[in-house]
Amino acid sequence: MSNTKSLLTIKDLYASVEEKQIIKGLDLDIKPGEVHAIMGPNGAGKSTLGYVLSGRDGYSVDSGSVTLDGEDLLEMETEDRARAGLFLAFQYPVEIPGVSNLEFLKASVDAQRQARGEDAITSADFLKEAKAACKQVNLPVAFLKRGVNEGFSGGEKKRNELMQMLLLKPKLCILDETDSGLDIDALQIVAEGVNSQRSADRSFIVVTHYQRLLDYIKPDFVHVLSDGKIVKSGDASLALELEAQGYAWLQKEPVEDELEG
Amino acid sequence: MTEQIDKALAREYEAGFVSDIESETFEPGLNENIIQRISAMKGEPEWMLEWRLSAFREWLAMEEPEWALVDYAKIDFQSISYYSAPKSMKDKPKSLDEVDPELLRTYEKLGIPLIEQQMLAGIAVDAVFDSVSVVTTFREKLEEAGVIFCPISEAVHKYPDLVKKYIGSVVPKKDNYYAALNCAVFTDGSFVYIPKGTRCPMELSTYFRINEQNTGQFERTLIIADEGSHVSYLEGCTAPQRDENQLHAAVVELVALDNAEIKYSTVQNWYPGDENGKGGIYNFVTKRGICHTNAKISWTQVETGSSVTWKYPSCILKGDNSVGEFYSVALTRGRQQADTGTKMIHIGKNTKSTIISKGISAGRSNNSYRGLVRMNPGAEGARNFTQCDSLLIGDQCGAHTFPYVESRNPSAIIEHEATTSKVSDEQMFLCRQRGLDPEKAVSMIVNGFCKEVFKELPMEFAVEAGKLLEISLEGSVG
Ligand SMILES: Nc1ncnc2c1ncn2[C@@H]1O[C@H](COP(=O)(O)OP(=O)(O)O)[C@@H](O)[C@H]1O
Ligand SMILES: [Mg+2]
Repeated sequence: MSNTKSLLTIKDLYASVEEKQIIKGLDLDIKPGEVHAIMGPNGAGKSTLGYVLSGRDGYSVDSGSVTLDGEDLLEMETEDRARAGLFLAFQYPVEIPGVSNLEFLKASVDAQRQARGEDAITSADFLKEAKAACKQVNLPVAFLKRGVNEGFSGGEKKRNELMQMLLLKPKLCILDETDSGLDIDALQIVAEGVNSQRSADRSFIVVTHYQRLLDYIKPDFVHVLSDGKIVKSGDASLALELEAQGYAWLQKEPVEDELEG
Repeated sequence: MTEQIDKALAREYEAGFVSDIESETFEPGLNENIIQRISAMKGEPEWMLEWRLSAFREWLAMEEPEWALVDYAKIDFQSISYYSAPKSMKDKPKSLDEVDPELLRTYEKLGIPLIEQQMLAGIAVDAVFDSVSVVTTFREKLEEAGVIFCPISEAVHKYPDLVKKYIGSVVPKKDNYYAALNCAVFTDGSFVYIPKGTRCPMELSTYFRINEQNTGQFERTLIIADEGSHVSYLEGCTAPQRDENQLHAAVVELVALDNAEIKYSTVQNWYPGDENGKGGIYNFVTKRGICHTNAKISWTQVETGSSVTWKYPSCILKGDNSVGEFYSVALTRGRQQADTGTKMIHIGKNTKSTIISKGISAGRSNNSYRGLVRMNPGAEGARNFTQCDSLLIGDQCGAHTFPYVESRNPSAIIEHEATTSKVSDEQMFLCRQRGLDPEKAVSMIVNGFCKEVFKELPMEFAVEAGKLLEISLEGSVG
């Protein structure tokens, strides 16, 4: 363990949705620049963890603490967490009909700039950045004019999430199964997008079912989440082991294992 | 989330200030004598007074309609004053320098500077304050093109033949209760005439302001687009924040002669009342246009104000190949009630109409679309397309759709689509996760929902309408 200050520290977190406790004593510490993969069976609470961290309404913390950059994350409003640099790429991105991607993204970027005391970005500058981001995730520029996720295919939605990440330049990116449903080409695009953003002051939580993404995004750590807590942590080799053996050996009681491949 | 939205909707009404202007106001009451006095104030010719009086007699025999899905305390027509005008307007200022600066300040505060140098280039404004037109800008420039744009009270004197020929020709005196009342007591409004083959060189707009307490505003607008001409016209409206309800009963008549085109846009922001439904404007408006051969009338409305709205801008598609359009955004919040829509009456062959209605309901409001599409026996090959979308914000509001279809021609095609959706938790979460505050998120989602209508508005006003929605939605989230 180095002495660098942590970016994200989760301590003994318990959280519920609709009165049902899903996260049950979770600890995680992420330093700037690290990539952590979280794997685990369906229903383990991976998406829930992302929602709890980003402060989605209806997800309540029962006990424990979370800090981002030393600040109490749980005290902040959803939008303030985003402005503090937390980004969630959704497992199932939602559509906002009639609101163009460009308009939505510029408003988001401006809201975050404003929170930092910066002026709004000029439309011309933003358009330039947005076009570059489109190119990087291999989405036609015309997608900037289309409604947010409106009529996008599954893969396009995922790449659109990645594009948002490129433009918002967060400190902590949580990618919730951004690789699911992608073919190998799209998967590589996502991986390249993430790799291009890896830097000493940006960290990632990559939630995935599949080892194959981790062939492209080399994680520093791999954690197995099961029944609301981390039951095993290791380095990249743990993912290979999971690929070969599934999760059953890590769980005290056998749980339905839906891991494919 | 509902709680957040309610909070966001509890915004301040920005146009709610009262101007301190000395006015000459009639005592409340409605009788033939009052009508004679209104007519005398305007120095009207005899025929106009007779017209008013006959309408009044018709009105006395009529019943207040009750079919709309709106609920309000009965209006006591004797408790309303039917005329109010700033004293300074009595000797008819000849130029802007002579207009009471307080009046100019009122419009400036509302974002409508009347000094031509400060105005948006390309837009001529008629400013109506309570019962009179204060000033009409850019008149000389319009006159050069042969376009007449003046208060209707002035047109009665200057262009009696046009007025006589067309007033009441689209909305007959006894068309409905409020229209008949308007005919009897109308005070001012705009008159527009576009000569043959002329494209009006600028946007025309009228800005209505109610200021005086306990007065009704009964304006009357008449737009005549002669053959092959083209005009785009916009009306805006605001009123101070008062605890009492105020009545606004306007009549708008559009005449599009052969091959002419009229685009009529409204941004209505009358005071909507407070969150408990106290105060606000009763907006009972009759708007109708007639299209002759190959003519086109397009109504676009953005309705965010008034406590009660009763309004159905309509098109009579009389001429063959004529086109009628209705694009509407109606936003209700708090205890507002809106019953609005359109009537498309297809008479001529190959007539076409399009109806796009977007209703947004928040708080404990009620928002209804009521539309009639009628295909007359002679309407060979006529077509209508109707799309009604409702967006609900929160779970205490109501959205209703009442489409009426009467087809008496088997070759006519009528299509109707309707959807109801909600501002979803997922959408709100996505926006907030990207750093947008809840108010901005709601207004963006709502703006997206209205996009098809906003794109029909003239550029300057599309921006204004978007902002208006944003203000109207402020506090609807929290
Ligand atoms: N809104 C909700 N209401 C009730 N239960 C929920 C809700 N969201 C998730 N859950 C439950 O929480 C558990 C974890 O779900 P989730 O975090 O989506 O798992 P994962 O992403 O690991 O597949 C599941 O048992 C799921 O049914
Ligand atoms: Mg999940």
